[in-house]
Amino acid sequence: MEADVSRLPDGLVAFVKRDCPTCELVTPVLVQLAETGPIAVFSQDDPSFPAAPPAIDDRELTASWHANIEAVPTLLRIEGGVERERALGWHRGEWENVSGVQGLGPSLPDERPGCGSLSVAPDRVDALRARFRADTLQARRIDLAAREDEFETMYERGWSDGLPLIPPTAERVLAMLEGTTRAPSDAVAVVPPNLVPCDVEKVAINAVMAGCKPEYLPVVLAAVEAACTDAFNIHGLLATTMSVGPVIIVNGPIRKRLGMNSGINVFGQGNRANATIGRALQLVIRNVGGGEPGAVDRATFGNPGKVGFCFAEDEEGSPWTPLSHDFGIATGQDALTLFPGEGPRTLTDQISREPESLSRTFAVNLRAMYHPKLAGGAMEAVLAIGPEHSRIFRAANWTKGDLIERLCELLILPGDEIVRGAGGIAEGLPEFVRGKSIPKFRPDGIRIVHVGGGAGLFSAILPGWLSGASGSQTTPWEIQR
Amino acid sequence: MTRTLLDPTHENAPALRERLPRLASLEGATIGLLDISKARGDLFLDRLEARLREAGAEPRRYAKPTFTKPAPVDLRQQIAVECHAVVEALAD
Repeated sequence: MEADVSRLPDGLVAFVKRDCPTCELVTPVLVQLAETGPIAVFSQDDPSFPAAPPAIDDRELTASWHANIEAVPTLLRIEGGVERERALGWHRGEWENVSGVQGLGPSLPDERPGCGSLSVAPDRVDALRARFRADTLQARRIDLAAREDEFETMYERGWSDGLPLIPPTAERVLAMLEGTTRAPSDAVAVVPPNLVPCDVEKVAINAVMAGCKPEYLPVVLAAVEAACTDAFNIHGLLATTMSVGPVIIVNGPIRKRLGMNSGINVFGQGNRANATIGRALQLVIRNVGGGEPGAVDRATFGNPGKVGFCFAEDEEGSPWTPLSHDFGIATGQDALTLFPGEGPRTLTDQISREPESLSRTFAVNLRAMYHPKLAGGAMEAVLAIGPEHSRIFRAANWTKGDLIERLCELLILPGDEIVRGAGGIAEGLPEFVRGKSIPKFRPDGIRIVHVGGGAGLFSAILPGWLSGASGSQTTPWEIQR
Repeated sequence: MTRTLLDPTHENAPALRERLPRLASLEGATIGLLDISKARGDLFLDRLEARLREAGAEPRRYAKPTFTKPAPVDLRQQIAVECHAVVEALAD
């Protein structure tokens, strides 16, 4: 935040608090400075401290907030309403430089670090931000009646996905916005299905409700941007009767910074970042875009992941490069991949110890996606490989490309088996496939991601939707702070 | 306690919740008559019940256990399920 010192008097200005030993230490220096010229001393916690020179009461922290004071003592020199110099803590040379007075505090040690300013204390800063910056927020205010329960009213207004929400107060939304360098009014996307323009502030409000921490916001912003592209086509994903929803897969160092889960119970409950980032995206689609179940969302079944589905890849334990790398994003760049997916189904193979055998297990299970007799250029799936399976490929030096190539070969289906009526099943492909070989997936229709706990000879399939230009394209997106 | 929230929506709907639309006709409509159990509320509702029957509606009578407390959840849900509209006799 830029310091605004325009309300401070010209001359020297000091900020102190009694509850700071370094501030106590420098009181003789403040007296010394007062003898040489004007000095205004703002006290953050006790207007009787220091006794001399007399303190200005800043217990409301208004002056401290506007001057962007981070530590006490802080000494400023103001000339014509402009800050010329600033010293934090006690450092004789710096104080002499700021004040232009030599020989300060001769009996004091040369330097001593200060204490945190109350204006940045965790228990004060949110309220101060709301007090001084709430007017930067544009969203409509909803005033609650005296006896209105805030949690119930959020349900009644239709803001919820069915689970409780965190009330989006100005304090919480301003704190959320600290998670990004982007301005609140910065345009993020036009959100389907109602094609409503959405800015950073509106995403932040929904991220608060979802339970996100401010540092998650850049991931949520990237997810909203990716979801609202023509390529990803969130409108179609909403409207389909199929069970799919947006699945967010996170790569890059941000996984660790946010403490995301890529290991035990990776698709399950228990991790705040995983649970709330996906939820925030879905709340934006619901509240800003107007995409509600029963309205534009026509899913026959849906799936529990439509509350929110987000996880991180286990890059460190993987024998291969990250998923984002497959889309040309440099390894080490924070990125997400947005995949139109169903819920996961676990594949069990506790006997295979060779890549060929395990590939065949993957293939027969992938064949069952949608229906074992359906195939074609719109088929896409994420194959989530667990550590106890991936080590079999690592030991045999199979690359990710080797595995995908072998799966594609194994998933070339005989037309005679999948034609309508074959096997006594009416479902299947039309007559023209008879006598031909038909690939189950399109060439880049199998995406591999490395996740899961260290014990268990399992992998999992996340079936996709109609992929490609006619449906929804799996969309990579870089995450920017 | 929170008193002001920031609107998370598209803001195309009014900030105040709207009432349900009025019934187009009383003909065949089930109309709940809720007696809050204050004195002489029954007289008012008896008269209203007769008038509603004349208009082709089907009145149903309900009563709160006591006027001093809000209607129990079960009663409110029962009225919501069984009736198209409700008239509450509020005072004596």
